[in-house]
Amino acid sequence: MRGFAGGALERLRANPAAVLALGVIFAVVVTALLGPWLNPNDTHTIDWLHVAARPGLQSAHWFGTDRLGRDLYARTLAGARVSMAIGLVASILSVVVGVSYGAISGYLGGRIDQAMMRVIEIFSGLPLIFFVILLTVIFGRSESLLFISIGAVGWLTMARIVRGQALSIRRQDFIAAAVASGAGAGRIIARHVVPNVIGPVIVYATLTVPQIMLFESFLSFLGLGIQEPGASLGTLIAEGVGEMEAAPWMLAVPGSLLAVLLLCLNILGDGLRDALDVREG
Amino acid sequence: MTRYFFTRLAGAIPTLFIIITFSFFLMRAAPGGPFDREQALPPEIAANIQSAYGLDQPVWVQYGRYLRAVLHGDFGPSFKYQDFTVTELIGQGFPITLQLGLLALALALFLGVPLGTFAALHHNSAADFATMSLAVLGIAIPAFVVLPFLGLLFGVHLHWLPVAGWEPGSIKHLVLPVFALALPPLAYVARLTRGSMLEVLRSHYIRTAFAKGLPLRTVIVRHALRPALTPVASYLVPAAASILTGSLVVESIAGLPGIGRYLVQGAINRDYTLVLGMVIIYSTLLIGMGLLVDLLYAWLDPRVRFAK
Repeated sequence: MRGFAGGALERLRANPAAVLALGVIFAVVVTALLGPWLNPNDTHTIDWLHVAARPGLQSAHWFGTDRLGRDLYARTLAGARVSMAIGLVASILSVVVGVSYGAISGYLGGRIDQAMMRVIEIFSGLPLIFFVILLTVIFGRSESLLFISIGAVGWLTMARIVRGQALSIRRQDFIAAAVASGAGAGRIIARHVVPNVIGPVIVYATLTVPQIMLFESFLSFLGLGIQEPGASLGTLIAEGVGEMEAAPWMLAVPGSLLAVLLLCLNILGDGLRDALDVREG
Repeated sequence: MTRYFFTRLAGAIPTLFIIITFSFFLMRAAPGGPFDREQALPPEIAANIQSAYGLDQPVWVQYGRYLRAVLHGDFGPSFKYQDFTVTELIGQGFPITLQLGLLALALALFLGVPLGTFAALHHNSAADFATMSLAVLGIAIPAFVVLPFLGLLFGVHLHWLPVAGWEPGSIKHLVLPVFALALPPLAYVARLTRGSMLEVLRSHYIRTAFAKGLPLRTVIVRHALRPALTPVASYLVPAAASILTGSLVVESIAGLPGIGRYLVQGAINRDYTLVLGMVIIYSTLLIGMGLLVDLLYAWLDPRVRFAK
């Protein structure tokens, strides 16, 4: 296992785009976490003298201010924290659900597998965002429930991939050996099936994070996600679109940060896929 | 072939039915109703409204009535846009959304497939690298970031195209929204085509075709393209889903009077009938798309046609 991981790491390191992407993500995370200590402004104080001010290094507002005179640098970093937190938490949730669902379905096989796959097929009959919209309406527009409703729909692809792997794993000799030594289905799934699908799981988890961040910003953009005075990159972009002719930086700052983050996460995911040699589908 | 199609059709109908049922009960399970106001209505009036919309009946009766109405193409009255039925609302906006979506899908295919083929033919060259880098960019950056930037550039600064708005029959107003909407699927199609084209180009019959002295274009168009398109065909349903999802934001940014805004507005207003109608329209579209793809598959790959 160490040889496998070491080889993969080496191959990842040989991919300059993926290394660069990882570096950028790391830098954004650190800045977003340390930001409040580096910046003299906070997210909610209104600077009456600088309303909708241009970005500039000479003023205290590096990225300018919004229409209410709030510091855009502080708000963008706060928004990035929220977006990344949702991306991370909802991804973990969807990985846990997807891996368990897929492993159970694939390992048990037969009728149960067919029924479980049918459920996924039905969910896939509609764009996932529609279910998220339905769920946010039902649960109300609170942040913690936003995590859950996004995580609750993000697991479908993961479940499908893990199931495919589990189907082939269960025919292998070491599973037969485990069955012969008296291990139950639950134990086999947890101890033998799941550890053997870790490669594709890592790859698709990396690709799930940007997908979920996109979901979140999409919802917030439509006014169904994070609510004022809170901010995520999606709400900031929505505000920016409203002001884009008068104050284009209000769109440019959060818009480019989201674009860069999603881009880097996708490049990293692609790099991991090549490094771990995972085939699609 | 016919039989194959009807088996798929028979599978699609229960899926649609389950989606309708699921959404219906999900909406009804939500706390709060469409007629909740800041100030409570007098109980007589509230009861009157409830009975006018059939909300005083048991949920099962409401469900039965709803199903029967939907089968007749009647999605019921909108709870929020008074004096309009959902069918009318959807009927107004649907042609615009459909036009937008079909144009975006066509652009994604007719630009994505040649781009992917081009990249595959110049495998590992600078052109290949540039095309694929652009593709990653297209996949990663959401339409609601791309469209405002395009509007800023081509609308506000260059004055070439309108930033937003809609005039019936005007192509100019559609250019930016269609492009923003098509970009992610376009990039994905290019990537898929490149991948499968690379594989097909390595196969023996392509080498044979070249060995016979056929020109490059004939080899690609007559021999390589059809098998290389199979993964693209299976991506069509996700592509349609991505375009429908994208149209929600693109319509709102570009101010197009399509049906995208009704879903969001309906969700915020708890407009049960409107949201349900939208969900049914969208899922029917996607499932219909899935059936089309099945047919396309059978055409692209004869093994599907004859397999039992």
